Amino acid sequence: MTLATFIQHFLNSLTLGSLYALIAIGYTMVYGILRLINFAHSEIFMLGAYFVFWGITLFHLPWAAAMVVSIISVAGIGILVDRVAYRPLRDAPRISALISAIGVSFFLQNVAIVFFQAIPRQVYRPQWLEQPMLWGDVRVLPLTLFVPLLSFCLMMVLVYIVYHTKAGLGMRAISKDIETSYLMGVPVNKVIALTFGIGSALAAASGIMWALRYPQLQPIMGAIPGFKAFIAAVVGGIGSIQGAVIGGLLLGFIEIMTVAFFPDLAGYRDAFAFILLICVLLIKPTGIMGVKTEDKV
Amino acid sequence: MSTILETRNLTMRFGGLVAVSDFSASVPQGSITGLIGPNGAGKTTCFNMVTGFYRPTEGQVFFEGQDLTGKNPHQVCQAGIARTFQNIRLFGNETALENVMIGSFVRQRTGWLQAVLMTPMALREDIEIRKRSMELLEVVGLGSIANEKANSLPYGAQRRLEIARALATGPRFLLLDEPAAGMNPQESMELMDFIRTIRTRFDLTILLIEHDMKVVMGVCEHMWVLDYGVTIAEGGPESIQSNPKVIEAYLGEEYVNYA
Amino acid sequence: MNRNTIILLNLVLVACLGLFLWWAERSLDGYKIQILNLIAVNIILALSLNLIYGFTGMFSLGHAGFMAIGAYVCSILIMTPDQKATLFILQAAFPLVENAHAPFLVAVIAGGLVAALFGMVIGAPLLRLGDDYLGIATLGFAEIVRVIGNNIPRVTNGALGFKGIPDHANLWWNFGWCLLTLYFVIRIVNSNTGNVFKAIRDDETAAKAMGINVFKMKLLSFTFGAFFAGVGGALLASLLTTIDPKMFLFTLTFSVLMIVVTGGLGSITGSILAGIGITVMLEWLRFVENPITIGDWSMNGIPGMRMVVFSLVLILVILFRREGIMGMREITWDGIARFMKRGKA
Repeated sequence: MTLATFIQHFLNSLTLGSLYALIAIGYTMVYGILRLINFAHSEIFMLGAYFVFWGITLFHLPWAAAMVVSIISVAGIGILVDRVAYRPLRDAPRISALISAIGVSFFLQNVAIVFFQAIPRQVYRPQWLEQPMLWGDVRVLPLTLFVPLLSFCLMMVLVYIVYHTKAGLGMRAISKDIETSYLMGVPVNKVIALTFGIGSALAAASGIMWALRYPQLQPIMGAIPGFKAFIAAVVGGIGSIQGAVIGGLLLGFIEIMTVAFFPDLAGYRDAFAFILLICVLLIKPTGIMGVKTEDKV
Repeated sequence: MSTILETRNLTMRFGGLVAVSDFSASVPQGSITGLIGPNGAGKTTCFNMVTGFYRPTEGQVFFEGQDLTGKNPHQVCQAGIARTFQNIRLFGNETALENVMIGSFVRQRTGWLQAVLMTPMALREDIEIRKRSMELLEVVGLGSIANEKANSLPYGAQRRLEIARALATGPRFLLLDEPAAGMNPQESMELMDFIRTIRTRFDLTILLIEHDMKVVMGVCEHMWVLDYGVTIAEGGPESIQSNPKVIEAYLGEEYVNYA
Repeated sequence: MNRNTIILLNLVLVACLGLFLWWAERSLDGYKIQILNLIAVNIILALSLNLIYGFTGMFSLGHAGFMAIGAYVCSILIMTPDQKATLFILQAAFPLVENAHAPFLVAVIAGGLVAALFGMVIGAPLLRLGDDYLGIATLGFAEIVRVIGNNIPRVTNGALGFKGIPDHANLWWNFGWCLLTLYFVIRIVNSNTGNVFKAIRDDETAAKAMGINVFKMKLLSFTFGAFFAGVGGALLASLLTTIDPKMFLFTLTFSVLMIVVTGGLGSITGSILAGIGITVMLEWLRFVENPITIGDWSMNGIPGMRMVVFSLVLILVILFRREGIMGMREITWDGIARFMKRGKA
């Protein structure tokens, strides 16, 4: 493998990894707070990509405007999902909310099939992202730089919110102990809604960029990236934002690099994540950044 | 009297915190003994080390001369040690009778295959287990509510059911974690009689953790006192009651000086 | 009610089912018979998942994986070597795969056993994980099975799958297996072994203190579940006569989970009722995906609508009737007798 191709693979890994990381953050934030695997998150991701498509084709919005509209409306949908399907189940056994999440996931996916049709759609890509740049032998699409950079900026905003604002303090409080947070006057439901909003916005951003990278829209496009991003969150240590980023990047690199070095394994690509997951769970069930909690007898 | 359970220098550390240090005790066969101490003294940690829920950082546990250190909880139970829990842990969705039957599973001889094939042996054993479990429920006075769901029982009945369930495992040594918690004086008195009764009836050695001093002093022949994980005293009820270290641990230093 | 009466009543019930099947085979059209067959298979699948999840409390999302294993093993065994020789067009099958041949009964059992073996092998490491993690790891297992199915064309014919699998699975086979599963699950659940499974579901720590080797018992329950999931998959393969890896997506696990949850986690009769109800509903819902013409008004079929309704029902069930139709209760002869008496009084 030449250095040039290696650099290309490296950038591809970085792109894919940061997309996984953005989705994983949503999973990890919700899990950290509610101990709920939000299965609907992968559909939120899909909706983000579709809304841009419809914004451009139906309403003739400019690309950037469509993107902003999509992110905002998808954040709204995320909040709505929580309000309708999860909030009534806060005091129910955790498994009820989980099944509700699976239900919402299938619901959104099939609503998308009904309204958007199952035919794959081509996505508009801004010209400037597609003009290849040449660095010596290395041919780089601006896209492969744009995606990690934008992702990085979004993550910085998130870190700021979580660690330097009052709402972020509320999130951290709830993730430690939801009951006590209620008693301490944290507006729990509002903070949870905000968490869903932020997580969904990030998933939408990821979905939009995913559509730039792999420009084909399908109602089921969220399922596989969604699962993988959840795995990234578990691998990184669920509940930890840093863990989600590390897990996402790790998964991106493993997928691209394994296929790059062992092309024979390409058919098994979708299984890597699950194999990684099972290995990590067996060695360190709480993930790379996870904290071990003792079961009290 | 021979020793049935012996702990040698049991120590449990959680990170930097020493929950129990150097706990050495030998429990005579057939006795009723107590483990007392203020909240957070490490009593339940001792129980958890003996019953295999925690693997002690240092030290050993011997039961009837057999080394039980580092064994799993179910192996400890198979060896003949049963326990109850401080915060009652019943199988809530099952009936009282089923709870006790589950306890006797560890001594059951026929397995699932025989149950599916309905072999005569399995059917006979099933009847036997039901009968024995009913008897146990009657011993603890729950015979009339055998078919009630465990989590619908009143608190006192739940405590007694937990003891019946532990007895069903056929133990020779029984650990009771705060059996009198939440009971009124009348109930506590009955409990003391009950503990003595089951000791004789099932040929048991009993070690209990208890906060109710009346119960402890009334029923225990010997006791160990823990404070901050350290054994500060041991002896019979009278010597413990007059031990200044114990009084200090329970009531604070000022009280001792004042007295 | 005494034991003999109950046995007698059960035998009467089985005889009635037999009569019904005999009648159905002669009088109903192929479509309705197909629905009856699907009901039987779905009940088998629901009972097996209920044993794992409802009775033992292990949140497993790997059912599609076990079904795929059962389906492939059974199909390979019941297709003739000649049939397989023409079927494997991507790459020739391994000689062992091509030459293996067995009667239907043996093939279904083999499918179940191989699935059970996989259940045991993956259960051993995975069952140490807690609920959510177990769910996602077993889901991972099912996905891995599917990906591997796509990538070993010499065993599975890759993405093309199998076509023309002999359709041995008629009403008698399906309901026979359904009754066998039912019998097995009832016997297990009502035995002390079943009590132990439920104990593990309710409080694992207390179960350990009762001398129960929790890991061993969990593995036992998981293996049982995997076996019957494999049997269900095997019957399904012969019933549908075509299989491919795409069939064993998460959606399949989802619909089994839906039956179990709607029926009631930890209720056998619940699984049966929901198995019938949901299978019928799913078939009935096909009409919303077909073109409809009422008088002058006509509407094109809407693909996807069926799953929209289906998932909506699941959400509504979980929001408004969390415990499902039956909760943890059962319909028993004693219960019916009591109900009848109350009716008279």
